[in-house]
Amino acid sequence: MSVNDPAAAMVDELTPEQLLFAIAERRDRAAFTILFRHFAPRLKAYLMRLGAEAGAAEELAQEAMIMVWRRAETFDPAQASVGTWIFRIARNKRIDALRRERRPEFDPEDPCLQPDPAPAADGQVERGQSDERVRAALKTLPAEQAEVVRMAYFEDKAHGTIAEETELPLGTVKSRLRLAMGRLRKALREENPTL
Amino acid sequence: MSATRVPEEMLLAYATGALNEPLSLVVASHLALNPASRAEVEAYEQVGGALLEDLEPAALADDALERTLELIRLIPQDETSASEQICAPVKPQPADGLTLPSALRGYIGPDIEALDWKTVLRGVEEAEFSVGREGARTRLMRIAPGAGAPRHTHGGMEVTLVLEGAYRDASGRYARGDVQVADDGVEHAPVAEASGTCLCLVVSDAPIRLTGFFGRLLNPFIRH
Ligand SMILES: [Zn+2]
Ligand SMILES: [Zn+2]
Repeated sequence: MSVNDPAAAMVDELTPEQLLFAIAERRDRAAFTILFRHFAPRLKAYLMRLGAEAGAAEELAQEAMIMVWRRAETFDPAQASVGTWIFRIARNKRIDALRRERRPEFDPEDPCLQPDPAPAADGQVERGQSDERVRAALKTLPAEQAEVVRMAYFEDKAHGTIAEETELPLGTVKSRLRLAMGRLRKALREENPTL
Repeated sequence: MSATRVPEEMLLAYATGALNEPLSLVVASHLALNPASRAEVEAYEQVGGALLEDLEPAALADDALERTLELIRLIPQDETSASEQICAPVKPQPADGLTLPSALRGYIGPDIEALDWKTVLRGVEEAEFSVGREGARTRLMRIAPGAGAPRHTHGGMEVTLVLEGAYRDASGRYARGDVQVADDGVEHAPVAEASGTCLCLVVSDAPIRLTGFFGRLLNPFIRH
């Protein structure tokens, strides 16, 4: 990419969605660089939280980012935000590489798909906007609820084990998790009334 | 009123990646048939994305970006679309005429008749197939119209997804896309509705224990 490429000059003003489109449409390495600098260190942290050694976590974070490059054209902003989409890639990468299991995935092209009863009326809202609301809701959770949510996402253990670690009765962990997830779903409900 | 969706904790475990492969197969198949559960999983994945954003970044090696850029330089320009075509799940035309979730087809292939079916008792057949490395048993169960699976309790968890037809037990009615989670304490005797054959995907993490008359009679044959 040349320096006087107008697309390159503007690239750092783009949203994450636009950065992914730039990769999908013109294999834009500057756009990839920005996404990498933001997400790769977070992916490494995520994989380390889930038990990967620093070296393996870095390797997997890089592989996940290569997947971002290769799959950019499959990204659909009406279906997920960039953060959600990259979370899915990293989660599946970990199952595949660290647990050596297949990941049965729901297929949006499934011939037996039961469509959503109430599709958004006037065009889908970009999911990126509601990410902010989820992050805000996460910050307002009571500390003990936020803790079980983080454990659910960042520890590869069944909820029974979470209860053992926190030395809480299983019922308490369950109810905290339910309260927390209920509040987070509520934060999303404005775009998706079926939640 | 019995629950017919995958329980919240199991959907969450699927979204976070903590669920084992056999139960993930049940959830993924259920998601194709149940928009409400699908929306719930998408919400949990969105929470995952938000938590990822808020994580304290871990420093990478100085040359990490450079090395990654070098790796993507080696990917041919036209590779992406080609690889998507190759990697896209193969969808063979089902030879059994059934419209089953793609996730499940990936394991059982285009024809369920080709599986290793065994008659458990009159009107009830099972075909076990291998999913993942864990000890859970995964099988398709086919119950003829009006026939019933034997009354049984559960040594562990048993998760049943209805794929075709419907069955009833004391807790309620389960039709295509519905899931029943039976635990240690649950004792039941599912009976297929008279209108058609009931086909289910069943994952259990311990051999079921049969109770009642037929249970005592048939237990040795049911256990593997
Ligand atoms: Zn059997
Ligand atoms: Zn049962």
